[in-house]
Formats: sequence, C-alpha cells, structure tokens
Amino acid sequence: MKINQIYIKRLIFVVSLWPVLSLSLAIFLNNLGANPIEFIERHFGKWSLIFLCLTLGMTPLRKITHMNQWILYRRMLGLFTFFYVTVHLLCYIGLDYHFAWIDIKDDIIKHRYVLVGFSGWLLLLPLAITSSDEMKRKLKSNWKRLHRLIYLIAILGVLHFAWLVKKDITEPLIYASIIFILFLLRLNIFKWKNFKKI
Amino acid sequence: MKLKKIASSEITPEHIYNDRRNFIKKLGLILGSTALSAFTNKSFAALYTLPSFAQAKEGEKEKLTSLKDITSYNNYYEFGSSKSDPYEYAEKLNIDPWSISIEGSVKKPLKLDFDELIKEMPLEEHIYRLRCVEGWSMVIPWVGIPLHALLKKVSLNGNAKYVEFVSLKRPNEMIGQKIDILDWPYTEGLRLDEAMHPLTILAVGLYGKVLPKQNGAPIRLVVPWKYGFKSIKAITKIRLVEKMPISSWMKANPKEYGFYSNVNPKVDHLRWSQTTERRVGESLLSPRLKTQMFNGYHEEVAHLYQGMDLNKNF
Repeated sequence: MKINQIYIKRLIFVVSLWPVLSLSLAIFLNNLGANPIEFIERHFGKWSLIFLCLTLGMTPLRKITHMNQWILYRRMLGLFTFFYVTVHLLCYIGLDYHFAWIDIKDDIIKHRYVLVGFSGWLLLLPLAITSSDEMKRKLKSNWKRLHRLIYLIAILGVLHFAWLVKKDITEPLIYASIIFILFLLRLNIFKWKNFKKI
Repeated sequence: MKLKKIASSEITPEHIYNDRRNFIKKLGLILGSTALSAFTNKSFAALYTLPSFAQAKEGEKEKLTSLKDITSYNNYYEFGSSKSDPYEYAEKLNIDPWSISIEGSVKKPLKLDFDELIKEMPLEEHIYRLRCVEGWSMVIPWVGIPLHALLKKVSLNGNAKYVEFVSLKRPNEMIGQKIDILDWPYTEGLRLDEAMHPLTILAVGLYGKVLPKQNGAPIRLVVPWKYGFKSIKAITKIRLVEKMPISSWMKANPKEYGFYSNVNPKVDHLRWSQTTERRVGESLLSPRLKTQMFNGYHEEVAHLYQGMDLNKNF
C-alpha cells in the first residue's frame, strides 16, 4: 500500500465514524425528538444501508475509474456496515426491548420486517468473521462465493426498511434503485474495456 | 426572606394546563367573543379522566404527554409521511371559514359553521390515551364535543347503521396530497353504537388551547379505544349510512387495516408488535409498556363487541 493510500484509508476511517459523532451531538443537544429510541434505531438503520451501498460501490468504482485502489477500502467499509447493523440491532434489543427475549423472539417470528432484518445481520456474521487476509487465504475460492452473500443481504436490508414503512415507500425505493444499479454494474452488463484484474 | 426556588419538575405542562382562566381567555381571543361565552358557561362541566387514572395512587398516575411532543410528532399524511411534516406544513391549511355537514340517513340534515358548533355544543375535557398502530402511545388532554350530542341534533332515521367521516382534499394546502399515498380525501367510519358511545368525541382543542392544525384543526374525531388512524382529522362531513363504509386505510391495505381496528394486544399486526408500546416522551431508558385490551377502556366498550370474533373483525 502506498503512503497516500494509507492516509486516505485513515481518513475514510475517521469520516466513517460520523454517524456516531452526529448522534452524540444530537443526544447532547437534546435533539432526538418525541421518540428518541425510534430516532436512534432509524439513525443506525439508515447508516447501515448507506454503508452497504458504499461497500457495494467499490468494485464498480474500480472498474469505472480503472483504479485498483478502491478495493483497498472495501473491507473497511464492509466492516463498518457490520458495525452499524450490529449497533442498530443492539439498540433494538437493549434500548427498545430491554432484553425481553420472549418479546423479541415473538417479534422476529411474527413480523416479516424484523425477520428479514435479523436474517440479514446473521448472514453478515460469517462475512465479518472471514474478512481477514488469513481467512481469505484459507478459504481460497470459497471466500468469493461466501462473500457474494452481500447481495442477498442488501436485498434483505431494503426489504427490512420497505416492510417497516406504513405506506410511503419512497425512501426504501431510493435505496432499492441504488442497489439495483450497483447489481447491474456488477453483472458486467456494461462491458469494461482495458480492465486489469488484481 | 429567601424566595423558594421552583424545582424544574414543577414547571410542567400540567401547570399551564391547570391554569384554566388564562386558557379560557386565550381561547376566547382566538375563537372570538361569541365562543368565549360558550366556553365560560359550559366548558369543563365534566372532567373525564383515564379510567384507571382517577383510582390510581398519586405516584402511579399516567403522565400527560408534553404539548411539544403532541404537536411535533404526528401521523397526518395530508402533509407528508414523515412524523415532523405536519408540524412543518400544516400551517398552510386554511381553516377559516370552516363548516361541517351532517347528512345521509337523517331527518334533519345540518350544515354548521364551526363557530356556531362551538357555541351550541357542550365542551368537555377528556384525557385519553392515544395508541398508534405503529406501537407508540401518548396521553392527551382533549377538549371536545361528545359525538352523540351532535348526532342527536339531526335525528337519525332507522336506516342509519354506520357513520362515515370525510376530511377534505385540497392539494394546494395539503401538500402531502400531491402524492396518492391514500385515496384522498381521507375517510373513516364507525358503527353507530361506537359513534354514540360517550367516550367518542369530536375534539376541538387540546391542553386547553384551540386544536393546532397538525393535530387536525379545527375539528377531529377521537375514539380512544381504537388505533390512532381511526380518529380522522379536519372533518368536513359526517354521513349516516346503512352499509359499512370503506375507509381510506381499508382501501389502501385491506389485509392490514380492518374496519374496527380496536386496540388489541392479542390480535397482531403484520408489521408492528401490538403486545407492547412505547410511551412518547419517556426517558431513553424506560421500558415499553404492555398494551391493554381496548387501550385500557375495556370496561367501557367491551360490551359493544360481545360475541364477535375479534380476530376476524380486526
């Protein structure tokens, strides 16, 4: 890794903490509105989807810009996705439900939006665990296959949002379209010339 | 002598709310002098409380939700689908003049100017829980007219079995109506006995003030044992009908929203848990509350649904 890439990576790391900082500010300024727990849950939910889109965007960016360096940031963004989804889940379990496991179990079983959201987090687990270089080496070609799960996770994430909303699904549709475009880019529907593999 | 410092806990909305005289003055100023006399003569004759409220020990009383929360966290899709939209955009709605017509299966159809309505009808204070189908709740001190008192004025004829309520469609003022999220204007319905129930009111104020626009000014329905969306806002028409009316939400999603929509922790919703609820305005660390049958008004309304399968008639 080149020196400037290391700095960019550090910069991305710091910027990726913005959701934590902005929420802390909102709590400090007492700006969470009438339903603070819902606010916090939505906050981390929204940022999970944003980071998921950013992660999925790195490979297409590499192709479009013919710059391999994007791939160097993909893992970190993916781990941030996992981090924010986990915080989102912990807020739901701890803040919202006060660890009332029976209620939580019922909620997961009975409500499809909770079910798909929870499944998404479960599927993220193996990806986070196998994100190290060592695991990548160990798993060989299986690693790539395993990590394709991210597309399924993205669909589950958007469904989670869309099924939560009562009627106006404009916002979930925005994420759905972004992810759809990223899928198309990945499927090599557009032909990439002079693309070097690393 | 040292002045006693007022603890911040004492400066509560309830304080303002208890300041009746001040309220009447303010309300009178806003509604005009004719209304003032109506308020001073008839208002607050009956002070309703939550059923379990009066009997509860001092420490167990349910706290009123703050005026700020009640007026800044609303589901009112006519102004947008975000909870903060009504607060931001409802001001544009022109509610003066406003009239409300009562028609259909009645002997004496009636069209009342809002000011006349306030003058003629008894105004009462009702503190009710409001439970949203999305799993949150509030405790709101309404000022309202019992619906049965208004319906008596038009003398119903025997065909009337249901009551349909219609709001209005004015996309230039209600900017959320520019998108067809629901079939505008918003409509709702009640069975006649539900409409005649003493708990059912048409609210014209809250916290001792004229109803804010984001809460459904100038006049809205409040049916405290049903999910919030049944309590239609900005009513222009009340129609007595023979057949069960199809409400906007039933049209939009019949699988999820039934005609009755009674608060019922045993009948689950496809999206949200109905067994518990989050009380708006509670601290970050307070737990969810158990949702009560008929939102805690079981004693008063259970007889309306005797022998009915509430799983089917959801």
